[in-house]
Amino acid sequence: MKLHFKYDINHACKVIVQESLNKLGVPHQVTGLGEISVTGTLSPEIHNELKLSIRKYGIEFIDDPKKVIAQQIKDLICNMVFKDDELPDLKISAYLSDKLNLNYGYLSKLFSEVTYSTIENFIILQRIERAKQLIIDENLTLNEVAWKLNYSSSAHLSNQFKRTTGLTPTQFQRIIHKRKSIVNTLNNI
Amino acid sequence: MEDDVLHILLTDDDADDRLFFKEAMEEIKIKTVVSFLNDGVQLMDYLNQPGVRLPNVVFLDLNMPLKNGMECLKEIRMNSRLSDLVVAIYSTSGSEKDIEDAFVHGANIYIKKPNDFSKLKSTLAQVVTRNWHYHTLGLKKENFLFSFNELNV
Repeated sequence: MKLHFKYDINHACKVIVQESLNKLGVPHQVTGLGEISVTGTLSPEIHNELKLSIRKYGIEFIDDPKKVIAQQIKDLICNMVFKDDELPDLKISAYLSDKLNLNYGYLSKLFSEVTYSTIENFIILQRIERAKQLIIDENLTLNEVAWKLNYSSSAHLSNQFKRTTGLTPTQFQRIIHKRKSIVNTLNNI
Repeated sequence: MEDDVLHILLTDDDADDRLFFKEAMEEIKIKTVVSFLNDGVQLMDYLNQPGVRLPNVVFLDLNMPLKNGMECLKEIRMNSRLSDLVVAIYSTSGSEKDIEDAFVHGANIYIKKPNDFSKLKSTLAQVVTRNWHYHTLGLKKENFLFSFNELNV
């Protein structure tokens, strides 16, 4: 028997960090994506305990302020690409500089410095990730995916998919299906 | 990622390819520690040591004596302790069949060895960056599939 889940990674992380803070008796408030305010400062012991208790979930503190901003940019982009209701009316550059209250030139330079890739590249990568998910998990056709992700045509999506992943959407789909059937045969032995 | 350093292990029986790989990795901006093994038997012995520090990415040549890359890939994917390992196939073959077979058996990345050094450098830089984004974003591992060849680098 197989169980299937859908999950909200942002929500899960938030709850984990909050539960850890509650256990340590630290009053706090969630102030944004990947950001929590605590009253006063944390003692080094508490800081360390918190670090250890969230590490097993793959969550880490970010200390470098530049990395904090780069992560905020990534989170905003992911949220935008992965949630249908979050598509902004503004251009992405305006959206990011508006949300983070910093000028886009600065954001773009900082992002490349920290992540070694450009914001534009990162957005494309995320959109293709979402396309993969829609093709595999929701069984949408290429046309439907193109429409959902605001591509002008399925040919445009297909081109960008191939340029980004080195595979056509059809090849990708075939590979994932073959993988699943191998796993199923192994499970049935 | 711990300390922001990426631990990479290349298994390739060709000494020249190992050298080019090392030099290209040294020139890209992301900090890496690269180790080398010469064949598939060495690789599986290394990975199967209890308590060994697993690399972040394993690069695997396909054509090797003793145990080839495909056999290693299958063994890695059958072993639950190693199933999270990112595997990049690093091969001279660019045939669609080899690429698809590698992905079907669980490779995350397929790289056709570029024949000039600057292309090698830009390919490896892209591989390392993509890998890093996957780690820092909790993206779906099942969908982590990228193929690099002359056309998209």
